[in-house]
Amino acid sequence: MNAPLRRVGIVVMVLFGLLFANLNWIQAYKADEYRTSDYNGRVQVADYKRKRGNIEAGGTAVATSKETTGKLKFQRTYPGGAKYAHVLGYKPVNLADTGIEQVENDFLAGTSDQLIGDRFKDMFTGDETGGGNVLLTLSKRAQDVAYDQMRNNQVDAKRGAAIAIDPRTGAVQALVSMPSFDPNPLVSHNTNEAAAEINKLEQNPDGPLKNRALSETLPPGSTFKIVVAAAALENGVTKSTPIPAGSSYTPPTSGSPIRNAAASICPEPQVTLLEAVTESCNTGFAQLGVRLGADKVKEKARQFGFEQEDLTVGQLGEGGLRTAASRTGDMLNPDGSTDPAALAQSSIGQNNVRMTPLQGAMIAGSVANGGSQMRPYLVRQLLAPDRTTSYYTAKPRELRQPVSGPVASDLREMMVSVVQKGTGQKAAISGYTVGGKTGTAQSAPDRPDHGWFIGFALDKNGNPVSAVCVVLEQAGSGGSAEAARIGGQIMKAAINDPGGR
Amino acid sequence: MTVAATPAPSPATTGGDSGVRLARSRRNAELSLLLLAMVLVAAYMATVEANLLDTVTPDFWMPAAALGAVFLGLHLVIRFLAPFADPALLPAVALLNGLGVGFLRRIDLGEAAPVDREDLATFAGIGGRQLAWTLASVILAAGLLAIMRDHRSVSRYAYTLGLAGIVLVMLPAVLPSSISEINGAKLWIRVGGFSLQPGEFAKLALLVFFAYYLVRKREVLSLASRRFLGIDFPRGRDLGPVVVVWLISLLVLVFEKDLGTSLLYFGMFVVTLYIATERVSWLLIGLILFFGGAYLAYVLGSTVGGPFANFYLRAEIWLDPFADPHVKGYQLVQGLLALGTGGLFGAGPGGGQPDILPEVQNDFIFAGIGEEIGLFGLSALLVVYLLIVERGLRAALAVRDSFGKLLAGGLAFTLGLQVFVIVGGISKLIPLTGQTTPFLSAGGSSLMANWLLIAVLLRVSDGARRPVTGGAGKASRPAGGPPEQLHGAPTEVIKP
Repeated sequence: MNAPLRRVGIVVMVLFGLLFANLNWIQAYKADEYRTSDYNGRVQVADYKRKRGNIEAGGTAVATSKETTGKLKFQRTYPGGAKYAHVLGYKPVNLADTGIEQVENDFLAGTSDQLIGDRFKDMFTGDETGGGNVLLTLSKRAQDVAYDQMRNNQVDAKRGAAIAIDPRTGAVQALVSMPSFDPNPLVSHNTNEAAAEINKLEQNPDGPLKNRALSETLPPGSTFKIVVAAAALENGVTKSTPIPAGSSYTPPTSGSPIRNAAASICPEPQVTLLEAVTESCNTGFAQLGVRLGADKVKEKARQFGFEQEDLTVGQLGEGGLRTAASRTGDMLNPDGSTDPAALAQSSIGQNNVRMTPLQGAMIAGSVANGGSQMRPYLVRQLLAPDRTTSYYTAKPRELRQPVSGPVASDLREMMVSVVQKGTGQKAAISGYTVGGKTGTAQSAPDRPDHGWFIGFALDKNGNPVSAVCVVLEQAGSGGSAEAARIGGQIMKAAINDPGGR
Repeated sequence: MTVAATPAPSPATTGGDSGVRLARSRRNAELSLLLLAMVLVAAYMATVEANLLDTVTPDFWMPAAALGAVFLGLHLVIRFLAPFADPALLPAVALLNGLGVGFLRRIDLGEAAPVDREDLATFAGIGGRQLAWTLASVILAAGLLAIMRDHRSVSRYAYTLGLAGIVLVMLPAVLPSSISEINGAKLWIRVGGFSLQPGEFAKLALLVFFAYYLVRKREVLSLASRRFLGIDFPRGRDLGPVVVVWLISLLVLVFEKDLGTSLLYFGMFVVTLYIATERVSWLLIGLILFFGGAYLAYVLGSTVGGPFANFYLRAEIWLDPFADPHVKGYQLVQGLLALGTGGLFGAGPGGGQPDILPEVQNDFIFAGIGEEIGLFGLSALLVVYLLIVERGLRAALAVRDSFGKLLAGGLAFTLGLQVFVIVGGISKLIPLTGQTTPFLSAGGSSLMANWLLIAVLLRVSDGARRPVTGGAGKASRPAGGPPEQLHGAPTEVIKP
């Protein structure tokens, strides 16, 4: 019986060899995949062992962590509810994180390389210090006003966005996307409830999870005339140069006639550029665009920031909230030559031109800031868990120079004229010089128009203090005037409470 | 390859000068290995506390000391009652048992409120209960060594034990589910707060019966055969008992919804049959019957459902656990993630999160431990198991009587097979079946039955290594084996 016993011994060894090989497969080859699997709750429990740092705006914590008695030791809460949702994002247990919570995750969680000293100290003191704190540039008052005014807009628009930046630095003063959502249910430790909530939000046709201020592109309408005017000023036209206008203009080759928003607007055969901007003269700008040519219009738009795909808004380095690129779009015939009809439509911000609210605010900001466009940012400072050390302080930097100083000065004068006696009068703030440009853009043939406003405010010394862009989607008539009113309110709040720069 | 490399002394040579070599009892080696094992267990417990409590409490060594004391007692019993027993068995089992207690205590510590952690009593929680069960099991094993002075004496009760085994196997199946079912498998007898897994003991009883029956029938089974395709196949009427055991296994599979136990019984029987007859055909028949039965159960489960549905479900989960990672595949998925998180070196004792794993104290203890000690630690544990199994097989090789060979060989293989079934199950090598991990899992029945198994192996190995001293040896065996075993002995001379 010894021979079979020996064979049984070999069989057992083979069986154990299989176990060993299989454990190697799981614990060595597949280890990383399993360790980081979405179904692996260990990562989360580890994440929640340390108190996550605060995100603060104007000295107030807008995202903070409270200790709980549950398995996950800390519960993330957002005291501002829906107000800051699109800036902060959320840090859920099981779902993907978004917003500043995502882009600054390492620092907030305390796992960032920058905080290695604190972790090292913990090893000796036995303390479990929390993650670092992120200080935002947002002005609390401007954000309050932007959120409330957008939500209670007088034209009953359901969707839209507002963003205000400091033209001198690029610091974002307010950022609201409408409709918003309450991030608190999404970070519930009950992952089923959180998943149900996110499903509900994802299925909402108004898309509350989308950050419209940074990533919604819409036809900019007449706000795009600032870009065309800039191109014109650089090509021999001055603000007092008469340009062809009229009550109707039909592009040379084809297309339907372009008219003005009202019969009272520039019916004269010729108006000055200043008048064309002030009254928002469609026929004048359509002809101006055709005269300049597609290349010049597209190039100027590009110099203002159109077509940039990799702009992020967070720290002034890498990372941050992603933005969508604004586009001038196609203005060509099938044979490759410029289609004057498309160019004419594009020159008044229609056709295939698409712009984000952020881009609108950056155009207004660079005009106000003497032609210098500052890189927008949201993170002002990174503070150590004990708040004594600063690991990052934003140093504002110029992103590009879309126009020269004199051109910016002319544009500024024209935009101020819009608010003083043109279409943007509701944006006026007493004691400040406000400039702007309204826009009414056709969305779809049978849908109400979008209302736009881009603008800026200058203090008594002529220093720009705020630039804004407000869009009310499918707001219908009065949309751009309401956008101008809200824009003015936001800038006024930003002046009173400049936030962090 | 310890078994193959060192041929066991055949009965013809044991009486000669090799008897002098075997006369060394090696008890001191056992004692030092045992002490080493206990030091490892104490070190493990200290590391757990350091990781989990950030401090090592002054009485961290208490469970290790309690274990050490009782193992030391068993060592003394062996010294007097089985002085020639294999010296590696006790330390190896003690190490596994000690680490099991340590890990279960680590689960208690993890679950206790932070304020209570530092003064968790030695006998508190599942770790404490396991410690108590260990003490009881080791005392029982010592008692068995004391009563059973010669392994051949149990063959007298072979039929009684066989009947008892079948009753124990079938009992949970016929009892109402309220008494016998836990987590979908009908394997328990629950009375009050006390639950017993009779199958664990049935394993031992049935094996004694198999060994006895096969020793009596081995010649018929191995000689009377028909040749087909170059393989000797047994006569139809000799297949009877095999078919009976196969049916019992299938009934266990279907009515107790337990593939693991079924596989265990069947594997155990087929392998003892093979050892007894030396006929490969039995292995082939066994494998074909088992896999055929399992495939049939799978097909029936997918079409008919009913009692086969559970098996079908388990097979489906095994094929793709991530298809339903939150409900059906949850346990297996979490086990795999625990093992993967452990990686090569593990999170360190006390550094993992075993509380995430369902049934971590039972079926999934290997995954729970694996998260903390990593691939290297688990490999070491596998080697310890392999050592126990191969030591048992070695005792079977060395022992002189056929009954002892079958008994020790069968028990050792069964232990190895059980480890394969559960470790293979939690690591997705084979479909997961509810089996305890010997000496590690929480549970009195399993621990007790496996310690009894070790006691039998110790007794057989003692018989194997005890020097034959002519008539004195015979006189020292009061029972005297059945005459068949004496017939069997000369056969071994020509078949080394």
